[in-house]
Amino acid sequence: MNKLVRELLPFGSLLLVIAVLSLWQPESFLTADNFLNVLRRSSVYGIMAVGMTFVIISGGIDLSVGSLLALCGMCAAGVMVGLGGPTPSPEVRALGTAAGLLTGAVGGFVSGALVAKLNIQPFIATLGTMSLYRGIALVMHDGQPINVPTYRYLGEGACFGVPVSVLLFLAVIAAAAAVLKFTRFGRYTYAIGSNVEAAHHAGVRIDRNLIAIYTLGGLLTGLGAVIAMSRTVSAQPTAGVGAELDVIAAVVIGGASLSGGRGTVTGTIVGALLISFLRNGCTLLGISTNAQLIVIGVVIVMAVAIDQFTRRTAGDAL
Amino acid sequence: MDSPAAALEMRGISKSFGPVKAIQDVSLCVRQGAIHALVGENGAGKSTLMKILAGVYQPDAGVIVRHGKSCVWKHPAESLAAGVAVIYQELSLAPDLTVAENIWLGIEPRGILPGTYSRQRMLEATRSLARQHGFNLDPNEKVEHLPPSTRQIVEVLKALARRAEILVMDEPTSSCGEAEVSALLEMVKRLRSAGATILYISHRLEEVLAIAEDLTVLRDGRVVYSGPLTGLGIPDVVKYMVGRDLADYFPKRAVRRGSVALRVSGLSSRAVHDVSFELHWGEIVGVAGLVGAGRTTLARLLCGLEPAMQGSVTIGGKNVNMRTPADALSCGIMYVTEDRKRSGLCLDLPAAWNMTLPCLPELGMKYFLRLGKENSLAQETAKALSLKWAGPTTPAWALSGGNQQKLLLGRALIAHSRLLILDEPTRGIDIAAKKDIYELIGRMAAEGKAALIMSSDLPELFGISDRILVMRRGRLVADLVTADTTQEAVMRLAAVDEVRT
Repeated sequence: MNKLVRELLPFGSLLLVIAVLSLWQPESFLTADNFLNVLRRSSVYGIMAVGMTFVIISGGIDLSVGSLLALCGMCAAGVMVGLGGPTPSPEVRALGTAAGLLTGAVGGFVSGALVAKLNIQPFIATLGTMSLYRGIALVMHDGQPINVPTYRYLGEGACFGVPVSVLLFLAVIAAAAAVLKFTRFGRYTYAIGSNVEAAHHAGVRIDRNLIAIYTLGGLLTGLGAVIAMSRTVSAQPTAGVGAELDVIAAVVIGGASLSGGRGTVTGTIVGALLISFLRNGCTLLGISTNAQLIVIGVVIVMAVAIDQFTRRTAGDAL
Repeated sequence: MDSPAAALEMRGISKSFGPVKAIQDVSLCVRQGAIHALVGENGAGKSTLMKILAGVYQPDAGVIVRHGKSCVWKHPAESLAAGVAVIYQELSLAPDLTVAENIWLGIEPRGILPGTYSRQRMLEATRSLARQHGFNLDPNEKVEHLPPSTRQIVEVLKALARRAEILVMDEPTSSCGEAEVSALLEMVKRLRSAGATILYISHRLEEVLAIAEDLTVLRDGRVVYSGPLTGLGIPDVVKYMVGRDLADYFPKRAVRRGSVALRVSGLSSRAVHDVSFELHWGEIVGVAGLVGAGRTTLARLLCGLEPAMQGSVTIGGKNVNMRTPADALSCGIMYVTEDRKRSGLCLDLPAAWNMTLPCLPELGMKYFLRLGKENSLAQETAKALSLKWAGPTTPAWALSGGNQQKLLLGRALIAHSRLLILDEPTRGIDIAAKKDIYELIGRMAAEGKAALIMSSDLPELFGISDRILVMRRGRLVADLVTADTTQEAVMRLAAVDEVRT
């Protein structure tokens, strides 16, 4: 019973928020445009949160994703402008996109290698790479943004009326959920997070899998970065400051445990949407962005507190 | 010293954990100013008794009598207040603090200003306390730089600084090397001359005989002997410790010994030295030895968890080099750890996942899982092991100890392992589950598989194994055919250091 409550709680809260906002502001909130807008806005952090889900289930954390978001954008835009000038050709834009994704994967790989090979605690290792990546992103172009006015497709393009970024978001969700549930890699991710020593005893190659997990997280951050860059048609070296906290919050609200072994992609998505809808609702209700922080903070603490409470009572029953 | 006054008396103490009766109706009397030894095999109930004395556990029945008053301690602070200090095997000192800081931790002599302490008074108090009990140590030394025996002394002084009159010492020599043991025994004797009463828990019999006046032997949670040690020799004590009837729940089976399955020659690491033996297909070989004799290290060496420094291992005649557990698994070795909660199971994950975890590649799930197949396989295996669960998705933590152990053993069935290495396979589980596990091991041996079983439970080893290897202090000291030896002989080989007696 408690298990069911626990699993449905984030989803229930999301429905509740949507229901309240629908009743309160039916004409501005309850429209297809607004919903697509919310999805589009959540796509970047949502995609990053999917990657973070793997990292957190494995018992780790990646604080560097916000910095990596900026670095990937700068690298992608740098390649586009460097090879193709201010109006790069579609081929050069594709190459730049690939560079952004690659940067993400490499960034994640480095964090993963620090954690797995040098045995640095994930919090400390990624605290280091967080600063490192931000520094590189700032130094690259003297702290100036790089504009690519023609790079619009990922941010503004649409397919059958659905924004490309939303389609990518949905594809990532589906693929990640499948990987986590139906592959050996997904299973090992849970095992490592639940009990790393037992996983090692059972023949799981811990370091390889951890590096793969962080690399995947980095790759998805790269994807988020090119979408974010395309939306503003420029790469900002200061993009994504503090993004790691929103991303981690989404994963945790979705029911993942920071001590590892627990979490789902669907939970994370519900967590990310909950934050987005709260933001959206606050904006529609005229609550300032500063005051929104208070609302988000209260929601995070409540979500985790209720989760802990239901876990404890479930444990007592046995 | 022959005063009959009791410093502490336990009367009819019983304690159960769920269905497991850890100790039953234990009565013993510790005389004032004496060294009272408490011996028994692993699992005989020594640590439970000790934790009751420490106030960590409360007895289900019975009382402790101290100063003529019967009392039940609900918290370690209460037993300490009554003058009883327990010194655990894993010492509880802060390694970064100095000797003096550790001794007076929490009870530092007050300084002039409120909230401060006087370093000088603390150092003086440390010196006088050490002198009073005949020790000589530098109060300013950091504890991390001290050898294990000196750490024990610090621990003892810490207890004495809290005005403890009865010291309960749990296996104080287990972490010490040869030379340190005699220093420690010397220390215990000195403490007695200084007036302390000591309850000395150990299963190293030669130590016990060397220092104790009184002895209590526990077996299966009951007192089998309690009284003066005079006139008792090691063989008598050994008989008390193991004199248990072999229960008839061990499966009878015909031994069909095949060719050599595992040949270990000259295997050495930091904790084991020059171990050589052979294991044949269809054979069950037990490894006996005290805690710290190197049994677990041997198991870890054989399944890639620790690197060997020297020696070779062949399986089925082929030289193998196992550097990771994955290597060992691909050689057909399945290791079941002695500590299933810490290193065996992913407790929050479904039981079925725990069963298949090491076997996914063999099951054709190198990349993609087939959940349906996994589920039916887990259910089949559960049936074969008479595992009781609510279903394959039950988290492992919700199962009883015996059923958790069956999850780990089920891995061997699923992976079709040829060589089982089981470390304490029945520790802390009930009789019914034990029986199932013995049957499984017997069945696998009958199929021509080989098993190496590390166990502290001698009746168990005698019940299931064809041969018994005895280890002592990292060395293999005997390779015996089970039918031609006795538990007493094995216990003597494992517990008695001929060099020092």
